[in-house]
Amino acid sequence: MDYAFFIEVLVGGLLSGIMYSLVAIGFVLIYKSSGVFNFAQGTMLLLAALTFVSLTERMVNFWVAFAITLMIMVVLGIIIERTVMRPLANQSLLSLFMATVGLNYFLEGLAQGVWDSAVHGVNLGISNDPIFLIDKFPEMGLDIIVSYFDMAAAGIAGLMILGLSLFFTFTRTGLSLRAVSDDHLAAMAVGIPLSRIWAIVWAVTGVICLIAGLLWGDRVSVSFTLTSAVLKGLPVILIGGLTSIPGAIVGGLIIGASEKLGEIYVAEWIGGQGIEHWWAYTTALLFLMVRPTGIFGEKEIERV
Amino acid sequence: MSSEPILSIKNIEVLYSRVISALHGVSIDVHKGEIVSLLGANGSGKTTTCKAVSRLLEAERGEVSKGSIEYKGKDISNLTAFDMVKAGVVQVLEGRHIFGHLTVEENLLTGSFIRNADTASVKKDLEYVYDRFERIRTRRKNLGGLCSGGEQQMVAMGRAMMARPNLILLDEPSMGLAPQLVEEIFEIVKTLNEEDGVSFLVSEQNANVALKYASVGYIIENGRVVLKGDAKELSDSESVKEMYMGGGGDEVSFRDVKFYHRRKPCMV
Repeated sequence: MDYAFFIEVLVGGLLSGIMYSLVAIGFVLIYKSSGVFNFAQGTMLLLAALTFVSLTERMVNFWVAFAITLMIMVVLGIIIERTVMRPLANQSLLSLFMATVGLNYFLEGLAQGVWDSAVHGVNLGISNDPIFLIDKFPEMGLDIIVSYFDMAAAGIAGLMILGLSLFFTFTRTGLSLRAVSDDHLAAMAVGIPLSRIWAIVWAVTGVICLIAGLLWGDRVSVSFTLTSAVLKGLPVILIGGLTSIPGAIVGGLIIGASEKLGEIYVAEWIGGQGIEHWWAYTTALLFLMVRPTGIFGEKEIERV
Repeated sequence: MSSEPILSIKNIEVLYSRVISALHGVSIDVHKGEIVSLLGANGSGKTTTCKAVSRLLEAERGEVSKGSIEYKGKDISNLTAFDMVKAGVVQVLEGRHIFGHLTVEENLLTGSFIRNADTASVKKDLEYVYDRFERIRTRRKNLGGLCSGGEQQMVAMGRAMMARPNLILLDEPSMGLAPQLVEEIFEIVKTLNEEDGVSFLVSEQNANVALKYASVGYIIENGRVVLKGDAKELSDSESVKEMYMGGGGDEVSFRDVKFYHRRKPCMV
């Protein structure tokens, strides 16, 4: 077996896994704070990427376009809280979930209506050259090549994840969010304004969507297939546990790595190319059989 | 006592989901610096009364359909749960409801957010809460969910104190606690009341201890206040003893039982 090649595939997988982690964290944040799975996340991601691309195509400066899109996503998050979440507060979770399904279609129409449904390319100016990660021992065959873009994307996603973790661990808002995710009623009883927390969470999710949308948009293209790419976040949170940010990170890495390794080493035995479309879900399924709450799924604390 | 009450519940009715009637005519006054206890059996409407005041009712699709509640002379019907805490009315929920995945200290900190205070003053408040609730000082780094019932009750009360409230709605603090701990909790209530000037509306099933520490008592049955009076008088009253304290007179005939089974709301 070619170890250098194996490591190369593994590293490539882990790098793309960090992107999955980022998207999964968006799901986790909303699930933790309001107990609802946000079906509209894919469309939010598309909307962000499409807005950015359309602006730059109209000759808006890169950073200006980025700032405008960022603002739009934050405002969108606040509007969603006001118009969708708040009126449905205290209703059954299924109603909330269905509301996000509706939101999904609304945003899809909105994105198409305001911009267009053509396939766009987005160029973040990050080169896609291969770089040698380790080239010190070519005589041993230990030269590992990874894509520069993958490294940069993983770096950006990693920084974003780190920032979010710090934010939620050390700030008052973060503590409030964790309190809300633990016990809504108690949070209200001590005067934590649920609506403000929700607005913040939706706005943060909007920002995550923007970053992830741009990175993925550059790698593939900005079109409606982006929305389904987001569904890759699903097996990630199934593996990591719906309520855990560390879980989302580890889950993303596992899915990313297993996807790439599976395609290289397993695909030829089970149906050839294209197994990446279902490989992640199968991995998640196997995981669920062993650990139904995911790796880091919140343990039920129960006193005996 | 002659002063205006800080909390005045005036003949309120409460509906859940617009159809289920939970309270029909509850009036309660809490004066500044008082401990008022609200006694009643399961499902009599104690919790609903507390939640009507703290505005947490809305989170459970309940609403005050008739009557009014005034805090410091102002009607609160348009206020949210957030506004109430801001105004100094904090409910300590039945069953404690502490944040299980947060540490004891983090639990306490959440109570201080409403004040938007600087770190130094929050630190001071933390120290103060640990002084009042010695038991939880050593548990500050433990997860709230892993504390014992008594400790959890103290965390819940300490968390409420972090908001520097004027009035605490204490809902069934004795639930599931050993008698000794119940006394300890009520001793703390007494201290908070006497030394920090916090008024209390305490809902309880344990009439014995609740009336011992309160100055005024209300007895609520099926969503109605059926008896109101000086705590001392109530605890001496034969009917209350019989109903809520287990025993009283020696023998009870069926004719007398009828007398205890009040149907009419008494005038309060």
